[in-house]
Amino acid sequence: MIAQKIKKNLQITGEITELFLAFVRCTFSKPFYLGRLYEQIIHLGIGSISITLVIGIVTGMVMTLQFGYGLEKFGGTLYVPAIVSLSLLRELAPLFTSLLVAGRIGSGISAEIGAMNVTQQIDAIRALGTSPVRVLVVPRVLAAVISLPLLGTLAGFMGIVGGLLIANSEFSMPAGFYINKVLTTIKFMDVFGLMIKCAFFGLVISLLACYRGFLTTDGTKGVGNATIWVVVTTSTIILISDFFLSKILLLLFG
Amino acid sequence: METLLEIKNVTKSFEDKQVHQGVTFNLYKGETIGLLGNSGTGKSVLLRSLIGLEEIDSGEIYYRKQRIDNLSEEELFKIRTKVSYSFQSGALFDSASVFENVAYPLFEHTQLKESEVETRVMEILNLVNMAESRDLMPPDLSGGMQKRVGLARSMALNPEVLLYDEPTAGLDPLNVDLVLDIMNQFKKRGFSGIFVTHDIPAAKKICDRLLILRDGKIYFEGTIEQFETSDDIFIKNFSSSL
Repeated sequence: MIAQKIKKNLQITGEITELFLAFVRCTFSKPFYLGRLYEQIIHLGIGSISITLVIGIVTGMVMTLQFGYGLEKFGGTLYVPAIVSLSLLRELAPLFTSLLVAGRIGSGISAEIGAMNVTQQIDAIRALGTSPVRVLVVPRVLAAVISLPLLGTLAGFMGIVGGLLIANSEFSMPAGFYINKVLTTIKFMDVFGLMIKCAFFGLVISLLACYRGFLTTDGTKGVGNATIWVVVTTSTIILISDFFLSKILLLLFG
Repeated sequence: METLLEIKNVTKSFEDKQVHQGVTFNLYKGETIGLLGNSGTGKSVLLRSLIGLEEIDSGEIYYRKQRIDNLSEEELFKIRTKVSYSFQSGALFDSASVFENVAYPLFEHTQLKESEVETRVMEILNLVNMAESRDLMPPDLSGGMQKRVGLARSMALNPEVLLYDEPTAGLDPLNVDLVLDIMNQFKKRGFSGIFVTHDIPAAKKICDRLLILRDGKIYFEGTIEQFETSDDIFIKNFSSSL
């Protein structure tokens, strides 16, 4: 039983690696589908902006509120801008944005490709002499890898803005002081690390969603199962890999 | 007669079910052959195998003397522009209009300008009586219309061979006649074809030869006349049961 599970998981890992290599091959060889990439960036990226704004600003507000009241007892309110901005940029913005995107676009991609699979549209792409990886996977994965770092950065900065609103209104912290503290605390590498994390999470979400979409069988029930698998699996991978990515980035950039 | 497709001793199994146990036949230039058999005998699987949509276990498949069963997916792309497949459901891209579906292979495989693609697509859509529906989306089409658009898309690149997977299944008599008429027009234009069907009257209208798949092998191969006058009990029962 355990041996079978290990074998099955190794097989899945092998298939995903194969899909990733095909993605790399197709990304760097002609023909390029720039129109499809643009469509996907609009769909996956621009379509996620509003929810990213909400997540970012609310997270920043809540964190500032909690840290503000927590540190106030020890006279440490002035450290709130630094703590909030660093936590947001290094951890919370990439993590929350990616988890949100895993739910929104991961399930969307797997449902779309899964539905195409059960209605033989994927076979039709192959039968017409074209590659489903080139036509479907490359634009989606590239769009996710490009969009997610930008969304994560947006969420981080909206969080800082949310923090400013609460620091100013709840703790009477002057806006100039808050902004000055944030600017002296965060470094380029914090934003760069955020973007690296988000790009990696974008790759994981979109690649696994495409992979599961291609495997979808059993009609609409299969499509539903595929979306559940993608959300659960990608969220778990994001949470676990976040620790290791954080460790690596801390080692590299401090 | 010039041989376009040669299928030699093809075997295929799914887990423990042996579907094909040595299928052998040829398709010659200009002819249309009907591939018949009871449900579950692997007619569609065989058709899919011919262009590599399904991998075979053993045997050989040749297109114009070139062995194609051992080609990679990328190498098969070129073959698939010459040997085209029409799906039972139409398998239209549901996020693209009728026009875009038919134009897809032209944009992918030709250097035609947009105006030339438009002319070619409209010519094909006229042929299948779908020109007026060019801007409709697949979910807005009836089953018969979807099959006709699917046929149009499969012939857009002027392939040499068209593989029809049950194009008349589930259609009312009027639509069956429309589809058969389209297939006849393709035939007159010189396309060769393999027509998978349960519909013997339809096969008789279109096909030059009939093949019957039974127990994983070609059980019968012959002309319509040979089929109709066969003394074989299975053929007689098969013919009357359908």
